[in-house]
This record gives sequence, C-alpha cells and structure tokens, in this order.
Amino acid sequence: MTTDAPPPETGQATGTAQPTTQSFTQVQQSTEFGELRRTYRSFAFPLTIAFIAWYLLYVLLSNYAGGFMGTKLFGNINVALVFGLAQFATTFLIAWLYSRHAAAKLDPKAEAIKSRMEADA
Amino acid sequence: MSPALHLAASNATTEHRPLIITLFAAFVVATLFITVWAGRQTKDAADFYAGGRQFTGFQNGLAISGDYMSAASFLGIAGAIALYGYDGFLYSIGFLVAWLVALLLVAEPLRNSGRYTMGDVLAYRMRQRPVRTAAGASTIVVSIFYLLAQMAGAGVLVSLLLGITSDGGKIAIVALVGLLMIVYVTIGGMKGTTWVQMVKAVLLIAGTLLITFLVLWKFNFNISELLGEAAAKSEVGQKGNADAFLEPGLKYGIDGMTKLDFLSLGIALVLGTAGLPHILIRFYTVPTAKAARKSVNWAIGIIGAFYLMTIALGFGAAALVGPAEIKASNPAGNTAAPLLALHVGGVDSAGGAILLAVISAVAFATILAVVAGLTLASSSSFAHDIYANVIRRGQATEKEEVRAARWATVLIGIVSIALGALARDLNVAGLVALAFAVAASANLPTILYSLFWKRFTTQGALWSIYGGLASSVFLVLFSPVVSGGPSAMFPSVDFAWFPLSNPGLISIPLGFVLGWLGSILTKEGPDAGKYAELEVKSLTGIGAH
Repeated sequence: MTTDAPPPETGQATGTAQPTTQSFTQVQQSTEFGELRRTYRSFAFPLTIAFIAWYLLYVLLSNYAGGFMGTKLFGNINVALVFGLAQFATTFLIAWLYSRHAAAKLDPKAEAIKSRMEADA
Repeated sequence: MSPALHLAASNATTEHRPLIITLFAAFVVATLFITVWAGRQTKDAADFYAGGRQFTGFQNGLAISGDYMSAASFLGIAGAIALYGYDGFLYSIGFLVAWLVALLLVAEPLRNSGRYTMGDVLAYRMRQRPVRTAAGASTIVVSIFYLLAQMAGAGVLVSLLLGITSDGGKIAIVALVGLLMIVYVTIGGMKGTTWVQMVKAVLLIAGTLLITFLVLWKFNFNISELLGEAAAKSEVGQKGNADAFLEPGLKYGIDGMTKLDFLSLGIALVLGTAGLPHILIRFYTVPTAKAARKSVNWAIGIIGAFYLMTIALGFGAAALVGPAEIKASNPAGNTAAPLLALHVGGVDSAGGAILLAVISAVAFATILAVVAGLTLASSSSFAHDIYANVIRRGQATEKEEVRAARWATVLIGIVSIALGALARDLNVAGLVALAFAVAASANLPTILYSLFWKRFTTQGALWSIYGGLASSVFLVLFSPVVSGGPSAMFPSVDFAWFPLSNPGLISIPLGFVLGWLGSILTKEGPDAGKYAELEVKSLTGIGAH
C-alpha cells in the first residue's frame, strides 16, 4: 500500500456519496460486473486489434506494394484511392458498430450496477 | 515556374490586404466577446477546467474538431497533397483512424474516472506525487511542442498573407497570437476556449465546403477528371509520369529508410491522438460518459468529412494553381489552400480576393483555437497536477488552484512567445510529428495500462512516461529533423545518427515494454483496492464528477 496522500478531493464535494473501497472491491468481483467487463472487452479489444491491423495493412501496401496500389480501376481512380476511402468507410462503420453495442449491451448493465451502488452508499 | 502567375498571387494579397486584416480583426473581436461572456460565467474550478461539464455531445464534438484540426491539417495536408499527390493524403487517413482508439478505449473510461486532467487518471491507483509530476511533465512537453508548431505556422501564414517578411514583423505576429491565447484562456477558461473552438470548426468546415464545391464544379463533379488534371500539372506529370502522382511513394517511397520512416509516422499518427492532453481534457466538458461517446462520434463525422475534402483541396490546388506557383509562394506548400481559394474565385476578380481573405481568416482562426486548447491543457496540468497535488499535497483550495492555473497560463504564454519567436523559421512539421510521437510513446501506454491492466504499478507508470518521453525526444534530437540536411532545424551542423524523422517505430514499443517491465520488476505490488475503484468507476460512471 502507499503512504502518500489519498487521492485529491480538493474543491467542491461531488453530489453523490462515494462508496467505500471495500464495496468497490465487492462489486469488482461480482459476476454482474464480470459480465459487464467481458461484454466490453470482448467487443472493444478484438475490434481495436482488427482496425489497427487493417490500417497497418494499408500502410504496408502503400509502402511495399506500389504496383498493386497503382492499378487503375476506372478513369484515374486507382486501388490506392479506393483503399484510402475504404479506411474512411471502415472508421465510420466501426464507430457506429461500437456505439450501437455500447447503447444496447453496455449502458443498461453499467446503469444497473451504478444505481445499486448508489442506493447502497 | 511562372513568374507572371506568382506575381498575380502576390499582387492580389497586397491589394486586398485591408480586407484580410478586417476579417482577421472581426474574428478576433467576436472571439474576445465570447471570451468575456464566458469569463463572467466562470465561477469555480469545474467551470475553469471543464467548462462546467454542461456541453452537449454535439457541441463538444464540434469543439473537439476545432481543437484537433490544426494548421497542420488545413494548410499542411492541402500543401502536401498538392506537391506530393497521394502521399499527402496518407496523413488524412492516419489522423482520422486514430479516433477509433479514443472512442473504443479511452474517452468513456477517462470521463468516468478523471476530473480535470490526464494526470487524474494516470495517478488514480498510484502514488500521487511522482506520477502526477510525470504526467504534468509529459503534458507540458507535448503541448509546448505542439504549440510551437502552431505559432511558427501562424508566423509563416500571416507573413505571407500580409506581406510581413521582416524579423520584427514576424516576432510581432507571434507575440500577438501569444497574447490572444493568454487572454482567451485566463479570462474565458474552458468555457471560452470551447466556444472559440466551436466557432472555428464551423468556419473551417464552411470554408472548406465552399472551396470543395467550387473545385468540383470546375470539373463537372467528376473526381477522375480532377485527379487526371492534377496529375498532368504535377512535377512528375510534366516529366511524363503522371500516374506516379496518384500512387503512394512519391514522398516516402524513395528508399528502404524513407519507407520505414513512413511506417513510423503512420504508427505515431494512429496511436498519438488518444494520448494528446489537449484532446483528452475535452472529454471532461460533457456531463456523462455517454455524452463523451456521442461527442467522439460527432468528431469522427466532422473530422472525417473534413479530411475527405482535403482530396479536393490538395488535388484541386495541384490542378488549378500548379506546383510552380505553390512552391514559389512557400516551398513546403503551406499556402496551397489560400492560393486555391484565390484561383477558384478568379485571380484578378473581387471574388478571388474575397475568397482568399476568407480562407486566410479561417486559417488564422484555426491556429488561435488550437493554441488556446493547448495552453489550457498545459496550464491545467501545471495547476492541478503539479501545484495542487505535488507542491501543495492536495491542500490547496479551489480558488488557489484556479489562480495558479491563470498564472500558469500567463507563464506558458510568455514562454511560448519567446520560443515561438526563436522557432519562427524552423521546420514545423517535425514539431507536430514529435508531439504525436511523445503522446503515443509516453501517454498512451500509461493510460491503457492504468485502465486495463491490474498489475500495473507506480514504477511501471513512471518508466513508461519518462521512458517514452525521453526516448522520443532523444531520438528526434539525433534525427534528420534537427540536423544534417537542408530542411533541418540546424542545417549547418550534422549530428544526426538516427536515420528516421519520426521516432515512433522505436519509442512507442519501448514505452509499452518499459511500462510492463517497470511493473514486474518491483517489490511494491499494485494497489488492488484502488484498481477496484478505478475499474468499477471507469466502466459504470459511479461517483463521476
């Protein structure tokens, strides 16, 4: 354990009462919280790895596969431009997917745990 | 190159200088009004640091966009595409994709568990004083490098548009920008800064939309035709290899080392954004994590639309202005967007002059909004992390803390004016890339470990912050950005033994490894109770400020 000052609570007090460390630990180890954590992590972590890999693929192809990226598809539009625009499209798509997941699966679980803790405190 | 055209451009800027100055002045007056109004409503620390946490997701999304789209985005990317074609567009993609890291991993937990600064989250489970000191140091270093780039950019822009070329004139411009940002932040705090950033985002998007529309209109809304014309007019196009302009590699594909450099830059861009303190503190201005999520979604939409339009701006400038005129005006291409405005409006017409003035004023607004955000981030961290929690050990009153933040703003403003005056002729691109690399190497690993790894310790946090910070600054110091080439900061000396301009490829993995090593190589275990608090808070929002 640390011997330093406790986390700063300078300034105005917050509106809600703070639960004790003990009750935080209890909640952290509850199955309900475990499920919230799993629902969040099993969605956000693989998706993060996927979009970083997809982005790195794009960077590496730009670097080392110039011939392929230069292939013209129609008019002056080549693979490189379409690939770049696809990065925009996937970014918008992933943002939408995550927000939908969070609203449907995470927010209700988080809200339930939060209101129970606030009622107990 | 075509001297006649260059002459036309500079004549236009000279003739219409009064109009440009009027628009600059109008923006400054309007934002000062906003600042004074916001200042009247700034009563306590939450108002000063976090704008009272009452902004909506959409408002904050706009402000985030205004905070993020810097002069480097607007002027730099347009210029890079205009001169190097496709390779310039790569920046746009990295800058946008990076927002997913913020959305998926950082924005909501940070909003739920922190209060005013990045240090709040980094120090939550750790020994306060050492980790707050480290977080403050890293915040201030990242923000000052970013700030210098913006101030140097302001000097370049304003001196070109207003024809001020003397050293004294450039220093006066840097001082004016510094003075304005001190006023914005000390009087308006986060509230004033947020409104300035929203106004700027609207102006920037409107200006960019207008130019994009006019460019596409000239090409009958046929993108392929625009690309073809841009490629034909480009330098490689005139040598008979137009296709190369539309393919990757013109700037970074020269040899194995430049390719590695591009990889390094690409990684720093995508991982840096979610570690930039001036972006992170924006998440505290909304009431809940849900609103923080919404604001990042708005920001992704707005920033994405803007970066899509850089295609029209950059290739439009190549096609309609031409590389010779762009280079004659500024060798790095930084004036491509204003020159494009002049050309789409008509070089010798009032329309062209008005558009040029409008776009120049937008660029100026861009710089002011970004420097205000950076100054606020560094003075908040100084006051909240270092003054209140390290020097006063958490015993400072709210009033004392805000007073310290205001004085820190003045101090940081003066330091930036002095450094900005010295740095007025330096290569600004290197400074921005350095800020992203430091953010990705020192801040991001520490944020992610703090939030998600239960065995992370104080020693791990210190190793990752200081290790990432020191290694990225050290490697840049010995890189071609600082010495050993015509475009270096100090071209006359050569101590560049590190071959890459961007240190990210080495320093980012190093930051992650050091955070892990520091945590496993210590007898002082993690504080399990504190981690339970942080984890439960970050996922549920219980007890959020």
